[in-house]
Amino acid sequence: MVHVWGRKQIVRRGLSTGLALLLTAALAACGNGSGSGSTDKEAGGTAEGKSTEAQAGSSAKPVELLNVSYDPTRELYENYNKAFAAYWEKEKGQQVTIKQSHGGSGAQSRSVIDGLEADVVTLALGYDIDAIQKKGLINEGWESKFEHNSTPYSSTIVFLVKKGNPKNIKDWGDLIKGDVEVITPNPKTSGGARWNYLAAWGYALKQNNNDEAKAQEFVKELFKHVPVLDTGARGATTTFVERGIGDVLLAWENEAMLSVKELGPDKFDIVYPSVSILAEPPVAVVDKVVDKRGTREVAEAYLKYLYSEEGQTIAAENFYRPTLESVKEKYKDKFQDISLFTLQDVFGTWDETQQKHFSDGGIFDQIYTPGS
Amino acid sequence: MAGTVPMTSVQTSAQASPATTEAAWVKWLLIAAAGLALLWLIVLPLLIVITEALKKGWDVYVAALADPDALSALKLTLIVALVTVPLNTVFGIAAAWAITKFKFRGKGALITLIDLPFAVSPVIGGLIFVLVFGANGWFGPWLSDHDIKIIYAVPGIILATLFVTFPFVARELIPLMEDQGTQEEEAAVTLGARGWHVFTRVTLPNIKWGLLYGMILCNARAMGEFGAVSVVSGHIRGQTNTLPLHVEILYNEYQFSASFAVASLLLLLALVTLLIKSWLSWKNAH
Repeated sequence: MVHVWGRKQIVRRGLSTGLALLLTAALAACGNGSGSGSTDKEAGGTAEGKSTEAQAGSSAKPVELLNVSYDPTRELYENYNKAFAAYWEKEKGQQVTIKQSHGGSGAQSRSVIDGLEADVVTLALGYDIDAIQKKGLINEGWESKFEHNSTPYSSTIVFLVKKGNPKNIKDWGDLIKGDVEVITPNPKTSGGARWNYLAAWGYALKQNNNDEAKAQEFVKELFKHVPVLDTGARGATTTFVERGIGDVLLAWENEAMLSVKELGPDKFDIVYPSVSILAEPPVAVVDKVVDKRGTREVAEAYLKYLYSEEGQTIAAENFYRPTLESVKEKYKDKFQDISLFTLQDVFGTWDETQQKHFSDGGIFDQIYTPGS
Repeated sequence: MAGTVPMTSVQTSAQASPATTEAAWVKWLLIAAAGLALLWLIVLPLLIVITEALKKGWDVYVAALADPDALSALKLTLIVALVTVPLNTVFGIAAAWAITKFKFRGKGALITLIDLPFAVSPVIGGLIFVLVFGANGWFGPWLSDHDIKIIYAVPGIILATLFVTFPFVARELIPLMEDQGTQEEEAAVTLGARGWHVFTRVTLPNIKWGLLYGMILCNARAMGEFGAVSVVSGHIRGQTNTLPLHVEILYNEYQFSASFAVASLLLLLALVTLLIKSWLSWKNAH
């Protein structure tokens, strides 16, 4: 009996010591959790500060930027961030670290509005930046702060089909033939999907001498061929290339090219339709955040450098269409020359487009009934 | 909940004779059915995670785990678990103690409230914190004036995890402590013991296994939570991504092997948790 009691006591004592230990660990972690960021930064800061002082003789403090972007730009910005950090260090003698955040364009815009402290936003379409501007975080007139409507690179909407194009899909008209299944994400939630929808609409207008009713009929027919609407562009790509659902994926040109590169040219073909939309994913500095954090200069330089020869080359290497003539010339074989119309030409501003097509009760809501 | 079941069943099976009189084939059929279900639902998926992780070789596997973003996600996941498990342990014991050892009005309401995080979708669990602490939320302007970041930073992730893992310890302890009643405590008080003494000498030893089980479940969920954390994370790479979020990101970026490698790391953490539990039970039994 005595023996058993002894052991029980040990277990008991062990348990209470364990609990106490856990609590101390938690408190320590708490302290670390909230404090580690700053201590890391300080420690890194002094070390880096010293090294830059030694190199450039300037005492500029290291700076951190947060770039909140949409889904497919990860590879692009991973490369570009390195290039910009090197350029900035050479130019100003200041270390810059760029953090990235990616997600659906609309969701990312929402996060910035809810307090995600982005110094710059690089989103899929102007409407998502307009939404941030309306909340007062970005000053009016952001479209004209950088060249080409603040769009350093562009893309377009193309078709991705299975190798050999078994359903013989050549143009938009083929998408609504017979039992062809089309994969596109939901225009309500995905930026890329809005470009898909608008590209189809623009084609139908052209085909029918700008007859809106006929365009609507075509797009309605097109969405009858869509078996599943994913919420984002990456989700739709995965549905098509991984799960093998559908005959054709409507996708960003850069997304289609990346799929072919990642998954092998022996599996998929890219089909260029006769006409498509010039998709312009714009960039903007978040004025309220950079003024608060004192990062305006480097944030503006970060976006401006996207237009430089090096920035444009990185964009082209990552399958985005460059806007700088010299780089365009260099990569002209990579990007097929097809007839492209702009949002402005056919639809007007994003506000008008959003209101007419994608708002609650808008045209998309009228033509799309799930499961029909 | 389940924590008490294995212990009682062990005790009864050790003492009592076979409880059923069914034919042997019934027994084997049931065992086979359970075994098949386990194989399909648990063993095979685990094997797939491991084979997919090692598909492109050991180098890719190690590189995926040594990636700075993966390491930062691991660190964040451990910090979150280290903070939430002890806090919820204390909350859980306090709540169970209050509910089972005292009589007061509104007890039913309190129990329902404790269950709430089980009933509510984790996404809502995340959204409520955005609505409270987000830039446009109740405290948003004040927090931003004082330069305090909660949402899209570590505190928000911890809060969201605290919310979804809150019921585990309390739910484990309440039925156990209810079963035990208050006699032992009353006896201790009669013999002259005071509050803290009663708790550490009488209550805690009685509930330790249920408590441990609750903590382990709480820990598993804290490390694995996806939905609520995803809403408040902001997805900043190398900063606010936890391991489950990192797995999804890698998967969406065509890095399937790397994604499964990180998933296998999560699996390993779960296995370690279970091993600690088994070791403790074994130690207790011997």
